[in-house]
Amino acid sequence: MTAREGYKVVAKRPSTLLDKRMHYCPGCFHSTVHKLMMELVEEMEIQDKIVGVCPVGCSVFAYEYMNIDMQEAAHGRAAAVATGVKRMLPDKLVFSYQGDGDLAAIGTAETIHACNRGENFTFIFINNGIYGMTGGQMAPTTLEGQRTSTSPYGRDVAKVGYPLRMAEMVANFEGVAYSQRVTCTNPAETRRCKRAIKKAFEMQMKGLGTTFIEVASNCPSGWKCTPEESVTWIEDKMLPYFPLGVFKDVTKKEKKAEA
Amino acid sequence: MSADVRFMKGNEAIAEAAIRAGLQGYFGYPITPQSEIVEYLAIEEPKHDYVLLQAESEVASANMVYGGAAAGARVMTSTSSPGFSLMQEGVSYIACAQLPCLFVNVARGGPGLGTIQASQGDYFQAVKGGGHGDYRLIVLAPNSVQEMVDYCILGFELADQYRTPALVLTDGSIGQMMEKVVLPPPIAYKPNKPWATTGKPQDRERNAITSLYIESEEMEAVNNELQAKYKAISENEVRYEGYNLDDAEVVLVAYGVTSRVCRKVVDLGRDNGMKVGLLRPQTLWPYPTAAISELADESRVKLFMSVEMSAGQMVEDVRLAVEGRKPVHFYGRTGGIIPTPEEIINAIKAQL
Repeated sequence: MTAREGYKVVAKRPSTLLDKRMHYCPGCFHSTVHKLMMELVEEMEIQDKIVGVCPVGCSVFAYEYMNIDMQEAAHGRAAAVATGVKRMLPDKLVFSYQGDGDLAAIGTAETIHACNRGENFTFIFINNGIYGMTGGQMAPTTLEGQRTSTSPYGRDVAKVGYPLRMAEMVANFEGVAYSQRVTCTNPAETRRCKRAIKKAFEMQMKGLGTTFIEVASNCPSGWKCTPEESVTWIEDKMLPYFPLGVFKDVTKKEKKAEA
Repeated sequence: MSADVRFMKGNEAIAEAAIRAGLQGYFGYPITPQSEIVEYLAIEEPKHDYVLLQAESEVASANMVYGGAAAGARVMTSTSSPGFSLMQEGVSYIACAQLPCLFVNVARGGPGLGTIQASQGDYFQAVKGGGHGDYRLIVLAPNSVQEMVDYCILGFELADQYRTPALVLTDGSIGQMMEKVVLPPPIAYKPNKPWATTGKPQDRERNAITSLYIESEEMEAVNNELQAKYKAISENEVRYEGYNLDDAEVVLVAYGVTSRVCRKVVDLGRDNGMKVGLLRPQTLWPYPTAAISELADESRVKLFMSVEMSAGQMVEDVRLAVEGRKPVHFYGRTGGIIPTPEEIINAIKAQL
């Protein structure tokens, strides 16, 4: 793409993102994260080295947009499928792209055991605290008091338990090399998200173990608010419970040991 | 070069056959009475190039098989009845995504946790579905340790040929018994799977492996494609064996370990003046429907009897083949009890 006279190109669709109308709702971070990932594939020149696994949930059609080899997994099984791919193709860069229902409810066993084995692939975990695809039901990460279609009076933690903090949880596993929670609420955080994914990919290429990037994400449709309000909700409600930050980084530990 | 003859357990033989077939990945979860398969592969692993991974569950192992098969590798899993129930989700997805791979069910008695003794109670699950949706598995039923070897290799080959999952349906008695086997030389497996997700090069479109077809027309087109494939398999891959069928008045139908008992029944019956013959399906799907139908047209044939270690499952397919032309009877034992030739003879006499 060339810039129009007098204009400078500051953002464009990467060649690795197919020129298709996405099914995502306006303002949804899925499209943002898709773009960040495909920018990385282009910049890192890894289109022929990367294989993705998408879940059941809103991103079930991710393979329709990402111009890379991909597999569509059964609900919750993306970590097992990615394990199969990576074990058969250890020289490829493998990622699973999953939502909270997929990764933290029905697929918890697969997630935990892949992390514990130190499966050398990257989890991209989109946590928006709700089941978007099925119409806004309660997720394992729905906040206390948060209203969803199956918790219409607000999540009652005495009845259904507490929201799961996955990035913190997996950081406890020996097999996990990197765990970070990011978001895309503003340009700075979005750039940080991209850097986190890039770091995870680079660590995977070095064979350091499981890398886990959780994105505190939004769902304007499910949350019944505007995209702008959804960003405020993340900042005001989600981030106090799901704080941003690096929960594990084995490369940092190595540096400390050297010093 | 002299033949590679060994005295092996059925479970070990199937593991050795898989290695010789060029196995690249095994994903499984221990369950009696088939754990020798994964144990054998674990011992042999350092000598070979395959990946062996003990999964956290049968649910996971079936989905690891999905990932490995979609990555273009020759992969398998093995389990026993309760574990195969857990795998049905993966089986359905694998069938729809058209991924070649091998499942082995060394069946035990059910329902529920059941018994660890041998059973043929998983016939319906194997040949009528088990998972959701319109799909079929190629189902091979060995009745000896030698056939554990032969059908393991055949299963891999048919899976690749038709881009579909294959199942070796055997049982705890064949898995645990020891017999002489002749092992074939190892093959140099070179997969030719241009559809596999191996990383998109510049010179081809991206490969996507999926079982999601949200538009009705698209889903029906995929179903039509699957059904056309299943039709081709039905036409080309039926395998069965006849024993003393030429003049048989009583036709026994039995597969797997029960077919061995029924051979004895044929001999015993003939010693006692009863013209008994045996038809043994070696493929349970596709089923030897035409062969049974032809026998039903023979005027000398008085009756059919399906002998199973179940409460009566394959007998339904015998009835479908006979289409009411002759009486179809059933004799079976459950709970892991292998019927004796004598009780089967008595069951035949009761119908004559």
